Amino acid sequence: MRAEAPLLEVHDLSVSFRSRGRYIPIVEKVSFSVGSREILGIVGESGSGKSVTAMAIMGLIDAPDVKITGSARFRGQELVGLPQKAFRHLRGRDIAMIFQDPMTAFTPVYTIGWQIDEQIRAHEALSKTGARARTVQLLGDMGVPDPERTANRYPHQLSGGLRQRAMIAMALSCNPVMLIADEPTTALDVTVQAQILDLLRNLRHNYGSSVLLITHDMGVVAETCDNVMVLYSGRVAERGPGEAIFAQPAHPYTAALLDSIPPLTGPRPARLPSIAGSPPAPLERPSGCAFAPRCHYAHESCVMLPPLISYGSQDVACVLPVEGRPLPPRVVADVA
Amino acid sequence: MSTPLLRAIDLCKEYRLPRGQTLRALDNVSLEVMPGEVLGLVGESGCGKSTLGRCLLRLTDLSSGAIIFDGQEISSLGERAMRPLRRQIQMVFQDSYASLNPRRRIGDLIAEPLRVHPDENGQKRSRAAIDARLAELMELVSLPASALARYPHEFSGGQRQRINIARALALSPQLVVADEPVSALDVSVQAQIVNLFTDLRERLGLTYVFIAHDLAVVRQISTRVAVMYLGAIVELGETDAVLHKPAHPYTAALIAAVPEPVIRHGTSLTLLRGDIPSPISPPSGCRFHTRCPKAEARCSAEAPELRPLQNDHAAACHFPLMDSL
Amino acid sequence: MIAALFRRLGQTLFVLFGISVLVFLVFFATPGADPTSRIAGKNASPETMARVRHEYGFDRPLPVQYATMMKKLFITRDLASYVDRGELVVPEIVQAAPVTLSLATGGAVIWVVMSVVMGTTAAAFRGTLIDRGLMILGLIGISIPVFWLGQVANLITQARYHDTWLFSWVPGLGYIPFSESPLGWFRALIIPWIVLAVLFIGIYGRVLRADLIAVSGEDFMRTARAKGLSPARVLLVHGLRTSMITFVSLFGLDFAQLIGGGALLTEVVFGLQGVGRLTYQALSNLDLPLIMASVMYSAVFVVLANAVVDMVYVFLDPRVRDAR
Repeated sequence: MRAEAPLLEVHDLSVSFRSRGRYIPIVEKVSFSVGSREILGIVGESGSGKSVTAMAIMGLIDAPDVKITGSARFRGQELVGLPQKAFRHLRGRDIAMIFQDPMTAFTPVYTIGWQIDEQIRAHEALSKTGARARTVQLLGDMGVPDPERTANRYPHQLSGGLRQRAMIAMALSCNPVMLIADEPTTALDVTVQAQILDLLRNLRHNYGSSVLLITHDMGVVAETCDNVMVLYSGRVAERGPGEAIFAQPAHPYTAALLDSIPPLTGPRPARLPSIAGSPPAPLERPSGCAFAPRCHYAHESCVMLPPLISYGSQDVACVLPVEGRPLPPRVVADVA
Repeated sequence: MSTPLLRAIDLCKEYRLPRGQTLRALDNVSLEVMPGEVLGLVGESGCGKSTLGRCLLRLTDLSSGAIIFDGQEISSLGERAMRPLRRQIQMVFQDSYASLNPRRRIGDLIAEPLRVHPDENGQKRSRAAIDARLAELMELVSLPASALARYPHEFSGGQRQRINIARALALSPQLVVADEPVSALDVSVQAQIVNLFTDLRERLGLTYVFIAHDLAVVRQISTRVAVMYLGAIVELGETDAVLHKPAHPYTAALIAAVPEPVIRHGTSLTLLRGDIPSPISPPSGCRFHTRCPKAEARCSAEAPELRPLQNDHAAACHFPLMDSL
Repeated sequence: MIAALFRRLGQTLFVLFGISVLVFLVFFATPGADPTSRIAGKNASPETMARVRHEYGFDRPLPVQYATMMKKLFITRDLASYVDRGELVVPEIVQAAPVTLSLATGGAVIWVVMSVVMGTTAAAFRGTLIDRGLMILGLIGISIPVFWLGQVANLITQARYHDTWLFSWVPGLGYIPFSESPLGWFRALIIPWIVLAVLFIGIYGRVLRADLIAVSGEDFMRTARAKGLSPARVLLVHGLRTSMITFVSLFGLDFAQLIGGGALLTEVVFGLQGVGRLTYQALSNLDLPLIMASVMYSAVFVVLANAVVDMVYVFLDPRVRDAR
């Protein structure tokens, strides 16, 4: 479909932490790619490994007890095993990251403007005034009112929404080709979340950036992303275009996750369809399909780890489509 | 019509801040909770929904106003007089872990209120009676009896919330105030707990005040909804009426801003301008006028009263969205 | 800002007043003990007793006694030691203060610089041999008694190796005023400074390392790394500045108590006539006027140091600025 090579191509990425002499796999053989100006959503519940995946790509996990294997090629450059020194020139300039809680993600003792200037000057030979001019410009672009004054304010003096706008301004300050956003709206109120999502959606037009959006919220994904990857217990459950996945999820986990979200429109179910139990801890992860113990469709063949197979425009790690009984399309109340 | 189980009349709560400022967390809030119903309180941060919950429980003292529970005025009761009523009103909080003392066994934690409060006949409960009640409670919240001998850290977030619910139900309360009880949970687990709340209400005839920021969760569980903005109720009514035919522009904007797990073509989320104003210096007149798409001159001058529009549906707006009524 | 400053000043004065009342009551209004005979000394003649009683107003109500004492201490400054035969107390303290001030300040400069270097280096090389080595060094520093270290230093620089080129510049024990000879002042104090600082370098280095490591897990440190800053910049600009809070609080307390006479052992070992020694003498002789004066003197510094620490907080953390 795409003529050019993808911007980021991750292949069989695994991250394990050492504990008591053995390695515990947190992320197992995750593969995906992000094209130019694409928004890819990585969805999963807590412990699914979505944030760890992003941190590994950013080279932000460099503890001696962590083993990262596989490959992550960014514009053809291999990131796994890249020395920290080389990573430093990539981070903030080519790949930028924004985090969940903008309150704690800024250093509390410096002004917002100072911190954005700092990033610009770390990567470009620019005077203080030159950097500040760009900072003010960016803050204004991100919809921060009175950007000149706001630049001189401390993080705690701003509202959550403004802080997240400032965070995005900082991330964009060196025109990165890729932005990794880790739960960027989870700490925000809905009305502010809607504004921030709008901002993220427009980045590709205004800044030409791709976005890797990490979230637990299926609604956020549906509103924002072109493609979706669903992680469950450190493994890819399903990935593909958002349109296809939301219309007909191929993995029972995706389907059950979507079902368990209470609907805002249409008839109210007496009971929500819920998934029994909770996701397995990394140490107790079954050798077969990790979702099998909670799955309605679990049967004998689920004791083997299902490979990721192609099904329509989606890739799914489930045996059902192969066995000729794919899940039915999703029934959604008409949103008129 | 039966009499309300709980009535809140003109509740006000002010906090004094340094530099002589005051924060008006609740501004003349009045509402009624009928026996057996679930009143959902929704709103964004700083809207006062949690403060209201704490005031209803008498965990925070009111600045002014009255709370009538089961025909008795409770806002002026002292701690001692309040004690027998405490068993009638229980609470469940958001942080399932912080609510449980990590060094005590689940059995001890749940049994504590049973040991402190006498039974219906005013007698101290026997060991056997407590054990029987514990077994009953574990069955109610679908936890194995073996859980009683274990410690909080051995449980997942969803299981801990079940434990908190069991503890809240130990004394068979009439009213449970739940403050964001599912917002820290993963979606798949959240659905289980929402269902548990629904089941328990049906089995035990409970009444809930359910506080949450998630409109979809509130819609799922509530029979009536109160929408709050900057310390005041802006809309109140039957769940379906409020959420399907919102009369207040804020409610409409709130609903429109919720991202839904459905791909929509062409339409994007309706955006409200700006941030929520600081509750320390709220806007004049209607507090929503600074962000309201329908605001007119009158809105910044005159604060609208919460007035009934149709049946039980009330909104505090000079220009309610009439076309939807 | 100005208002905050004045409020702070008012608080300081109030605290000092409280302390003075407390000390006064403890020493002069203890039931069953006649302060007159204490002040007049052992075997004083009845005439002396009568004179003292009248002079301090011990025959009058307590508030008057307190006022008299404060007047003698702060206004007329003629409070006299009776043990030392009429030696005036205030000038004695005024004479001892610069010695202690010089000792504590120099020591503080050394320990702050050294412990920041040590703590930061250890945190930067966390888990390596460098980290472990520095921490063991710090522990040794904490464990060595000051008087022992001082004696060893004296033994080496004053006796054993004094005649070699290495230590021939070290003057004899005692204090040389700065106004007399800045170089002599420095030479006389450099060894006491180091000896005094060793303990604190150990404590502060370890505290700072622990705080830096705690702060390294914070979100903003991750942001700083994600911005592509160098590890040194992340640690020094973002980490060090935010983890100085404990360091500064500790420093305020320690420095104040050193100036208030806490450097007694160092003063004794190096023959420095400082406040510590003065207080010690006053206590061993039960010289009430001197005790009163020196306690008031140290209280002033402790309270002042606390005020300064609060100011530094304001500088370090903008959140504190807004919370007032």
